[in-house]
Amino acid sequence: MRTTRFFALAAAGVLATTGVAACSDSDKGEATGAGGPIVVKASDTACEVGTTDLGAGTATFKITNSGAKVTEFYVYASGDRVMGEVENIAPGLSRELHVELPAGTYETACKPGMSGKGIRGALKVSGSAEPLTADAALAGATDNYQRYVKSQTAALLEKTEEFVAAVKAGDVAKAKALFPVARTYWERIEPVAEIFGDLDPKIDGREEVIEEGMEFTGFHRIEKDLWQSGDISKDGPIADRLLVDVKEIVAKANAEKLSPLQLANGAKELLDEVASGKITGEEDRYSHTDLWDFAANLEGSKAAVSALRPALEQRSPELVKQLDTEFANVEALLGKHRDGDGWKLHTALSKAELKELSDGINALAEPISKVAAVVAK
Amino acid sequence: MSGSRLTRRRAITLAGAGVAGVAGVAAGAGALINGSRDPAAASDHPAGAVPFHGEHQAGIVTPAQDRLHFVAFDVITKDRARLVEMLQEWTAAAARMTAGRDAGVLGAVGGVPEAPPDDTGEALGLPPSQLTLTIGFGSTLFRDADGRDRFGIADRRPAALAELPKFPGDALQAQLSGGDLCVQACANDPQVAVHAIRNLARLGMGVVSVRWSQLGFGRTSSTSRDQATARNLFGFKDGTANLKAEETDLLRDQLWVQPGDGPDWMTGGSYLVTRKIRMLVETWDRTSLAEQEEIVGRTKGSGAPLGRTDEFDEPDFVARGDDGQPLIAEHAHVTLAHPSRNNGAHLLRRGYNFVDGSDGLGRLDAGLFFIAYQRDPRRQFVPIQTQLARHDVMNEYLRHVSSGLFACPPGVRDGGDHWGRTLFG
Repeated sequence: MRTTRFFALAAAGVLATTGVAACSDSDKGEATGAGGPIVVKASDTACEVGTTDLGAGTATFKITNSGAKVTEFYVYASGDRVMGEVENIAPGLSRELHVELPAGTYETACKPGMSGKGIRGALKVSGSAEPLTADAALAGATDNYQRYVKSQTAALLEKTEEFVAAVKAGDVAKAKALFPVARTYWERIEPVAEIFGDLDPKIDGREEVIEEGMEFTGFHRIEKDLWQSGDISKDGPIADRLLVDVKEIVAKANAEKLSPLQLANGAKELLDEVASGKITGEEDRYSHTDLWDFAANLEGSKAAVSALRPALEQRSPELVKQLDTEFANVEALLGKHRDGDGWKLHTALSKAELKELSDGINALAEPISKVAAVVAK
Repeated sequence: MSGSRLTRRRAITLAGAGVAGVAGVAAGAGALINGSRDPAAASDHPAGAVPFHGEHQAGIVTPAQDRLHFVAFDVITKDRARLVEMLQEWTAAAARMTAGRDAGVLGAVGGVPEAPPDDTGEALGLPPSQLTLTIGFGSTLFRDADGRDRFGIADRRPAALAELPKFPGDALQAQLSGGDLCVQACANDPQVAVHAIRNLARLGMGVVSVRWSQLGFGRTSSTSRDQATARNLFGFKDGTANLKAEETDLLRDQLWVQPGDGPDWMTGGSYLVTRKIRMLVETWDRTSLAEQEEIVGRTKGSGAPLGRTDEFDEPDFVARGDDGQPLIAEHAHVTLAHPSRNNGAHLLRRGYNFVDGSDGLGRLDAGLFFIAYQRDPRRQFVPIQTQLARHDVMNEYLRHVSSGLFACPPGVRDGGDHWGRTLFG
């Protein structure tokens, strides 16, 4: 029984990933039911979803971006658990999302500018579905999170390619603009990346952690050149290396399945990253774009917790309530420092504002530190 | 499937530990689980335990221990129930830690491997060390800077908790001053004191945030006649004329809030003033012995008032020397602070020395963390400090950089009582 469920869930995961991976040839996806894909018209101000009521099973959404901003499309279960998502839909393009949806209430969201809560809409899925057992809920968590990782690695690769191209073209302004964006996808899944020990310092090592005999490479090396000297004329080989390393980690991360316990610990580690590196401004010391990384770590932590949500709801509903409250609190605190589609520079925040963020992260990290023990029960 | 069997075994272990803790099984298995640190030691032994429960909070007339870790917290939640719940958790943890046990029921090493331990562990194997934990409430807990009644207790704010006036020469740093809550941890082992504060801060995550904290060493006051008077970093005995635990009449008049003083929730409590006083020790050390003694009004060796022979002799403010000048100067520290010059006002002091490293200018960042308990600061600390701030020649060598005023409620009566019950109940 358990095996069957496990495979069923795994299959759902694969379907959704196919959708994400099918970026380049968007017509290849499977059609949904008789009516074909559900059409989503996304613009900078609207998110029109063809139907808001469907039957349980695999749904296919076809999202067309008619806006001027790059957008994303999400299907969320309660607590913003991502059931499926497509990142990086450039203006004028269409992409498909395949996602298996059991009966329940969901939300759809377009995120023009790829930030914030997005433009939300209700989605009702009807049909019969047995409630998940605890074990199935945990197996589902692993698959759900792997799906998330794949969506992020796809975007990471794409944005790193753009960043590397800008660096090699000597376009300082464009490279500066892309730096925090590409890092966002990296920072969301950093606990996965850290599993591959030698790649993490190559891609994301800060100058002081580079051991003797090792070259200072990766994002922060280019960051230093971009912001400190403004001279990236010799960074071509470093940019090429970055792309090779990112490609390697993307391939490895996509193949990796994190256990529920690893997810729980990953959610906590992401907040530790915020508490020790981003609040202090150590991470992006040349560009001061630490709040981008802060937001990405927070989103990544939330994605991991969301994946575990069905299991947590069964075992410790009180903890879920607490997590919801504290996530909302930090999001509100961080939200004060939005700047357009991005974030204010670390240097623009007062010490009192940073302490407020630090208090918020500590308040959230406390319940998150309890998740692992609940998962391990 | 093997996974769920493991699960059940763990659940049973956990449940067992919980029951043992709740039932208060201190000996045998319970002690093992709690990582007990020899709670049997006698309370008057430096390593022993001071009773946590009682009419008054411990850590006030308790003979001053050797070490201090003091912390002030901002309350960051708006939820009164969460605050009260945290105070209950703190009380339970304080009762355990002062008895030499771990902060939590499971202890530093008794929990499941996947969970962070409910005690941080650095006090494992250490005796209770006479740890006392004393809580106080700041005026900002009642109303914030904008005058808002934060937790529905604004009408319970004691009049005696009125903000201290600005004294001449104050160089207070806002980020080192005030606070909604404070906890004073005193122990004979600094590791035990730090352990206690660290665990309370950990338990309070999301409800409180550390605003400032201070370590102290070498008690500068004696609060019992059995204790020798200690010296501050000026090298002088400090607190010779302090209120002592044995002076029960004076304690009633000068230390404990009495019925009718109001508000009722403070009856049996006391008001705490803290001042972090930086001492410019380098310039003091260049001052002649005679001048140092004149500034203090006592001899440096025995601590006797100038013109007298024994430390505990009453100072004679009338006696004059051969030159016709008073033996104890009009503006000597001992004169200005003496009860006879302050309408009989006494303080129970239990301050500590501090050295917070150095200041980057080749000087030690050193001084006295002044702590004083009293029945009403408006009649005690405020007039005394006003005198001192205006006239004390010692001010040339002092900088007051931090200030705090807290209402410390009466003691926790028993296991069913908790910190803040009289205020929030």
